[in-house]
Amino acid sequence: MRKKIQWDKLTLSFLSYFVLFLLGMACLIPFCIVLVSSFTSEVSLLRNGYGLWPEEFSVEAYRFIFSNPSRILWAYGNTILVTGIGTVLAVAIASMTGYVLARRDFRWHNHFSLFFFFTTLFNGGLVPWYLMCTTYLGFKDNYLARILPLMFSVWNVILAKNYMKGIAFEITESGKIDGANDMQIFMKLILPLTKPLVATLTLFTALAYWNDWYYSMLFISKPQMQSLQYLLQQILASIQAMKQMAAAGEVTTISSMDIPSASMKMAMTCVTVGPIILLYPFLQRYFIKGMTIGAVKG
Amino acid sequence: MSKKNPPALPVRIRRETFGHTIRKDWMLLLMLLPAVLYTLVFHYLPMSGLVLSFKQFNYVDGVFGSPWNGLDNFRFLLISGKLGTLTSATLLYNFGFIVVNTFLEVLIAVFLNEITCKWFKKSFQSFIFLPYFISWVVAAAIVQALLSYEYGAINKILEIVSGNKININTTASVWPTLLVTLSAWKSVGYGSVVYLSAITGIDPGLYEAAELDGANKWQQIRYVTLPALLSTVIIMVLLAVGRIFRGDFGMFYQLIGNNGVLLRKTDILDTYIYRSMLGNSNLGMTAAAGFYQSVLCFVTIMAVNALVKWIEPDYSLF
Repeated sequence: MRKKIQWDKLTLSFLSYFVLFLLGMACLIPFCIVLVSSFTSEVSLLRNGYGLWPEEFSVEAYRFIFSNPSRILWAYGNTILVTGIGTVLAVAIASMTGYVLARRDFRWHNHFSLFFFFTTLFNGGLVPWYLMCTTYLGFKDNYLARILPLMFSVWNVILAKNYMKGIAFEITESGKIDGANDMQIFMKLILPLTKPLVATLTLFTALAYWNDWYYSMLFISKPQMQSLQYLLQQILASIQAMKQMAAAGEVTTISSMDIPSASMKMAMTCVTVGPIILLYPFLQRYFIKGMTIGAVKG
Repeated sequence: MSKKNPPALPVRIRRETFGHTIRKDWMLLLMLLPAVLYTLVFHYLPMSGLVLSFKQFNYVDGVFGSPWNGLDNFRFLLISGKLGTLTSATLLYNFGFIVVNTFLEVLIAVFLNEITCKWFKKSFQSFIFLPYFISWVVAAAIVQALLSYEYGAINKILEIVSGNKININTTASVWPTLLVTLSAWKSVGYGSVVYLSAITGIDPGLYEAAELDGANKWQQIRYVTLPALLSTVIIMVLLAVGRIFRGDFGMFYQLIGNNGVLLRKTDILDTYIYRSMLGNSNLGMTAAAGFYQSVLCFVTIMAVNALVKWIEPDYSLF
């Protein structure tokens, strides 16, 4: 006897594949266009626009970007440095704070939780914050301006706190009995048990630092100290920035006509987003895991 | 009652004193110190700067020395009509984002769950998740690749198909749709993870029971999956509603910047505050706009939290 065709299953599964295929392509193809266009000659782009097929292959745009690489190398270097330092500090502070707030024998743990949490409900707004950073903290052209604003997030602390709550209090107690102090307990006993948490915090914080342009825009005017994303922002915005980058200040030597601006924008985008795309296949499952490790709750 | 209560013990259980706690837990306090200092400096101290909202700011006298002008800043913002326009734009855009994103996130989660082919599921989930990882600067570059007037891939196709191109830099009317699309493009992959994990948590017995009762696949989704997702949807939506007066500055600023033609349709509270702060116009007034936004956010999130608590206490924020 022939099995009856199950139309409901068939249509649903067809629709699922179809819709997800469309959405997936809508997310992927724009990246391909950027990549392909960065390797297409300027003349061909002028004729055909950005597309998925390089009519005339060319590395002219990359050669142009790296003809005078000091600006881009500075941007890369300081972004890596800021990301590295900032992430280590941020993860250390968030997990340490989370641990203390999760210690139920600590008398003021609820008071401090409220102290931190309140800042997510109400804040002074941009203007007072900005005035304080510039007038009192000296954030103008200072790496602190790029590290500090992203170094602490209450959401990370809440995530850490919830995760630490799931670790048996007996571990802390056993450490105490053995005469360890709180810092030793945290470092030696607790931290090794929180690897998924530390991995999640590291990934999300590092991503935030890597993708940051806002604090460069607000506080940094020295080209050498600006982040990679901010450099890209400027190059997308003006041909002037492209010239400055290629000629390292000697604007007069290059005329606007010589700049492969259309392909260069795409090449610069590839250079900026490259590390993320390359690491993405390895890291994305940790992100997905990390999102479900602790429900965000005060 | 034959047995009497035993007499009270002579030892009274005393509450720990302040000094005692400090002596006992000084190490824990020390561990909290960096976070506490940070929060004080970057969150609580700026709150004192809110006095600026009630002042006629000048740089000579500074934040605290400038003369008071009562509610003039707020009055001016209200009279100019700025506040109303900005608030409704922020609200409407976020409303659009919430509706479209939630719909797509649920759709993606439900469909992903139906996919049996492992590699397809994995790779397409990664593709949809990918835009979440890039900054709005890179997203703006991608918008140029697709929609720039001279080179944009989509514009090229439009030109061939219909002969007309759209110039997104001068056509304000396309931006509401465009922004909603881009917001979805960048965030639905991330958002759908929550729903997908909620779906995987559904008891398979429910589906078996439904099948035995003759429910087809569509009916199973309609009567098992969606109702099971409902509480998660409500919570996520309410959380988003709690932030409805806070715009996505990065997106609006990177995509629109200072383009005056587009700002008519795309200016939100956050971008207005940023521009007028650096435009050096009137800091007191800008601070007042910020204060207004903060209060609005505070009131909404409190209201939303109360609502969540009422629906499902487990999910309330605090």
